[in-house]
Amino acid sequence: MSHPAAWVFIAPALGVIGVFFLLPVAAGFALSLTDFDIYALADFRNLRFVGLDNYVRMLETPLFWQALGNTLYFVIVGVPLSIGLSLATALLLHSRLALFRPFFRTALFAPVVTTIVAVAVIWRYLFHTRYGVVNHALEAIGIGPIDWLGDPLWAMPTIILLAVWKNFGYNMVIFLAALQAIPETLYEAARIDGASWWRQIVHITLPMLGPTLLMVGILTTSGYFQLFAEPYVMTQGGPLRSTVSVLYFMYEEGFKWWNFGAASAVALMLFGLVFAVTWLLMRLSRRVAA
Amino acid sequence: MMPRLLLIAAWLLVSACAPQPSGREVVRFWAMGREGEVVRELLPEFERRHPGLRVEVQQIPWSAAHEKLLTAFAGGTLPDVCQLGNTWLPEFAALDALAPLDARVAASGVISREDYFPGIWNTNVVSGQLRGVPWYVDTRLLFYRRDILRAAGFETPPATWPEWQAMLAAITRQGQGERYGILLPLNEPEPLIALALQQGEPLLREEGRWGGFSSEGFRRALRFYTAMFENGWAPRLAGAQISNVWDEFGRGRFAFYISGPWNIGEFKRRLPAERQDDWMTAPLPGPDGPGASTAGGSSLVVFRSARQREAAWRLVEYLSEPEVQLRFHALTGNLPPRRSAWQDERLAADPHARAFRDQLERVRPAPKVPEWERIVSEMQHLAEEVVRGRTDVEAGTRALDRKVDAILEKRRWLAARGRAG
Repeated sequence: MSHPAAWVFIAPALGVIGVFFLLPVAAGFALSLTDFDIYALADFRNLRFVGLDNYVRMLETPLFWQALGNTLYFVIVGVPLSIGLSLATALLLHSRLALFRPFFRTALFAPVVTTIVAVAVIWRYLFHTRYGVVNHALEAIGIGPIDWLGDPLWAMPTIILLAVWKNFGYNMVIFLAALQAIPETLYEAARIDGASWWRQIVHITLPMLGPTLLMVGILTTSGYFQLFAEPYVMTQGGPLRSTVSVLYFMYEEGFKWWNFGAASAVALMLFGLVFAVTWLLMRLSRRVAA
Repeated sequence: MMPRLLLIAAWLLVSACAPQPSGREVVRFWAMGREGEVVRELLPEFERRHPGLRVEVQQIPWSAAHEKLLTAFAGGTLPDVCQLGNTWLPEFAALDALAPLDARVAASGVISREDYFPGIWNTNVVSGQLRGVPWYVDTRLLFYRRDILRAAGFETPPATWPEWQAMLAAITRQGQGERYGILLPLNEPEPLIALALQQGEPLLREEGRWGGFSSEGFRRALRFYTAMFENGWAPRLAGAQISNVWDEFGRGRFAFYISGPWNIGEFKRRLPAERQDDWMTAPLPGPDGPGASTAGGSSLVVFRSARQREAAWRLVEYLSEPEVQLRFHALTGNLPPRRSAWQDERLAADPHARAFRDQLERVRPAPKVPEWERIVSEMQHLAEEVVRGRTDVEAGTRALDRKVDAILEKRRWLAARGRAG
């Protein structure tokens, strides 16, 4: 710290972080203390300093709590499902018994690089109550038609399915790389000791994947907290706002209704939430590792 | 060698970006969606008549238009003339971005107020000042299947609510679960707005400072709307769940659909030839006689910041000429806002457009406040809650008024300080 030269070296990085991160966050915070809206855009005298009113009002808005509940539902169900599926497919692809590995690797990764808008069109048809393939398949095994996107109970599970399908390939590739880095000798030794497949997974694969799992967990969780595109293209937040996420709520406040003060308050609130959850995950993992 | 090549490339780039020195004044015109695409075809005639002017059209997609216009306002890069959805006029009037046009219309030989449908003209008058000139109109009315109505024993479309309800009940009963009387997508607020405007009671009170949704009029409209779902005449569906409205209409999954002028062209194009005689349009029924409907559409506005105000106004006048409006109708299917244009054979002879001509005499503007779109979204949310049995009409409308009052708080604050929005 005492070396002036050190400051010179980190100055470019600090500058970039300052201009593109700290400054916008500070500006966002300042904005969240005002009621900046269309009238303020017309005439600056119409701007009121409202202190923490935006935050108080946000906490009093039932839709905010509903959005928070929807987002937590999405994260709590979606993240384990997504990571579990990624890990399972990675294990399958890594297995010596797997055929056509490059083909499956590409096929399973394909959803990640597709456009969500195009995918949504297909998914809306798949989950159509009357003409959808999914309901046809369910009918064949005797389950009555489910109104996937129109029933407030089923809309979020459908969104979760879409998000998991869309995203699992990314983590799968990371897991695959990590799996290939585990030395074969460990498995060899375990097999000589007579360890079953399951014990090899629990005692070798999972511990060796530890750091990767943590990183994937943190990235996926913070990514899933920012749920937006899926409900935006599939349901527009409906039915009965059952798929409105915190970010969607913010988008409507800011870019649809042009209440930038209130929208900034929501954005900072979400920032705080993601920050807290990430910090908690880090601490938790450190304790487990210790 | 390299530097010279670079120089040439740079020169090419610069000359490509620089405006062509044509010696003409440029009028910048922004138009949205399909209109932005086809309006170019109308402009050569304008440029021929005004050799000193050149119109530069920029096409903006509807989905990005609102944001782009507000950003352009903040950045001071608004064009001279612009197409503006008439529900956006109050917002841009609040920004004081629109040039008042009363004096220009009074002096104009082309635009005469009396020739326009009064409800549509009225949407352009904000706080007593004319801020735009209607370009084309949009209102909602009934599209219906004549053959299904006839099979249920009805020769003419409904004129009153009770008649309409009788038809819906009969059609749904005969459909035996395979057919609904009407399709009302739960995410579309226009049908309920139209029914509410028929009541004549204001939806916002005291010049848009308080919500008026607890009024008996709105409650009557909401009850009528939600009863269609409770009685099983309308399916509880949102727009995203309906795979293809035209296919479903062609198959006879529903007999009535409330929609706007663009669907005349869509139905002609998308329904099979043998179905073309089976569909028709009709004015919206009211509680006890032909009812009112919404006064939508787009207007032409001149921005205060326009560099070419005189030329901009001349372009607005040109696009408002009945003959030009008829050509515009031929290109887009958009309906003209002037009665004189409707006398022309090209429109008068179209049986599907006739109901719109009739309806346009009975259109009413929605409250003219910038917050209206947000209020509409709250209103439609309430309607969906009632339809899905989460709340009832009395408690729901009271809660809606509380929300709307909170949304309008800033307007009351501004009004108290003498700065009406």
